[in-house]
Amino acid sequence: MIKNISNLGDAALYCDFGNEVNKSINSQVIKYFKTIKEKKFEGINNLTPSYNKLIISYDLKKTNFKEVKSFVENINVEDSIDINSKKLEIPVCCHENFSMDIKRLEEILKLSREKILENFLNKEYFCYMTGFIAGMPFLGDLDENMRAQRLETPRVKVPKGSVALTEQFANIYTFESPGGWNILGNTPLDVFDSSKEDKPNLINPGDTVVFKEITLDQYKNYNE
Amino acid sequence: MSSNYLDIIRPGINTTFQDKGRDHLYHIGIPFSGAMDNRNHLIANKLVNNNLDSAVIEFAYQGPHIKYSGEKINCAITGDVIFSIKKKDTEIEGKCYESYQIENGDEINIISTNKSVYGYLALGGEFDVKFQWNSCSINTKANIGSNNGKKLDVGQRINLKNINSNKDIKKTNYINTKIENIRVIKGTNFDYFSEEGKKIFYEKEFTVSKLSDRMGMRLEGPKIENIVNTNIKSEGLIKGVIQVPADGNPIIMLSDHGTIGGYPKIGVVASVDYDRLVQMAPGSKIKFKEINLSDAETLFKLYEMETQNLLSQI
Repeated sequence: MIKNISNLGDAALYCDFGNEVNKSINSQVIKYFKTIKEKKFEGINNLTPSYNKLIISYDLKKTNFKEVKSFVENINVEDSIDINSKKLEIPVCCHENFSMDIKRLEEILKLSREKILENFLNKEYFCYMTGFIAGMPFLGDLDENMRAQRLETPRVKVPKGSVALTEQFANIYTFESPGGWNILGNTPLDVFDSSKEDKPNLINPGDTVVFKEITLDQYKNYNE
Repeated sequence: MSSNYLDIIRPGINTTFQDKGRDHLYHIGIPFSGAMDNRNHLIANKLVNNNLDSAVIEFAYQGPHIKYSGEKINCAITGDVIFSIKKKDTEIEGKCYESYQIENGDEINIISTNKSVYGYLALGGEFDVKFQWNSCSINTKANIGSNNGKKLDVGQRINLKNINSNKDIKKTNYINTKIENIRVIKGTNFDYFSEEGKKIFYEKEFTVSKLSDRMGMRLEGPKIENIVNTNIKSEGLIKGVIQVPADGNPIIMLSDHGTIGGYPKIGVVASVDYDRLVQMAPGSKIKFKEINLSDAETLFKLYEMETQNLLSQI
């Protein structure tokens, strides 16, 4: 449930669902997101669900804070709404060509490369949200012993397809971008495809993702 | 069949097609994009008898030099821009906010914006370009929009279609006003900052950094101290949000911003001041002034009425 609604500037509503990050709070956020999206309220032009917040942007020429707030307070969000539950397998190659931060992770986590991969691969992760850059999924939760802080100085360019970790989350860089997460491997899959306007994202909030290791040869031949 | 097109002799620094932008896509990570200075985008279209939402060529600092081929067409430039129009046997110094008729072989040379950042070139017709999610706005970061999501390049040819039959020459006396203070509304993490930090934010001057672009405006100046946590759990962003990362230097989200961010939000620029904010060039001094939500709403209403007035007089 929404704990508090405030304004973010003069053209957005900031809906706060709490401070913890867990599946149950996030599922609430996604249910609100889906319900509001379907209602097509005049003037609302964007919705941004995240771990535990939902930001509702509106066109100040068409509506205002008071109207949107009252609309949100009065909608009925069915608990039975089906949030996405697609299960996806993502191939990842963790060859040294790709795992740029494996040494750093070994030092911080005090685990061997083998142990890190064993902890990471073949486990189910929940997609909390997508964004920052187009289609980037935020997946969790990593095991307690797999949690590392982001790099002190972010990279100017993280290669497309990089699979990276920070705190309890994993993500995938859908195209080359600056970024500060710890890079563990790379996927040959196109996780974001702007030519598919109706479904540009491979992974959506509510989906479950399992990373499956592939070899360098399999990686190279993947798209052939 | 006649064909009408532009050849890019010099592309300029950051020249893109922009229109009203694309909405309902934050949740998959795609920002609005669209013209940075909305009012100047609308005026440019009105001056050449286009639909107000039509695409224009947006440029920053140095603009493009283009050669036109085809039937007669109107063009207009808005912003604070130095440019010339070269005709067969004469070259005239162009004036912003006036439309000109150009014909086969004429050239438009946009030399630079003057103490501002963005300028707009509108042509009386449509660019024959690709639309993605109902917009041809180019987002060079995600490579979304027309021109494969890339800025315009030298040697390129841009085709035009549906040339406007209304070729009335139009003019307006608009002056881009500068403002001393950018008005802001308190951010959702305002209390993360020390009393001293809050005071600095509202009382001290900041300088616009060279590292500013369509994604964000970085500011330099006295550091704003955070006493709670320099990171928050990542959450949505909107344009105008002022984030303060660990180094204490504010960053303002602009039209191509990342949709999610994890730095505390000290404030949000009021919508009324967004068009003027984006025109502040590197080196400009910026001061923030706090206003409340209801004042921000009223001021935007007045700004919007003024825009509509301006447009109705053209």
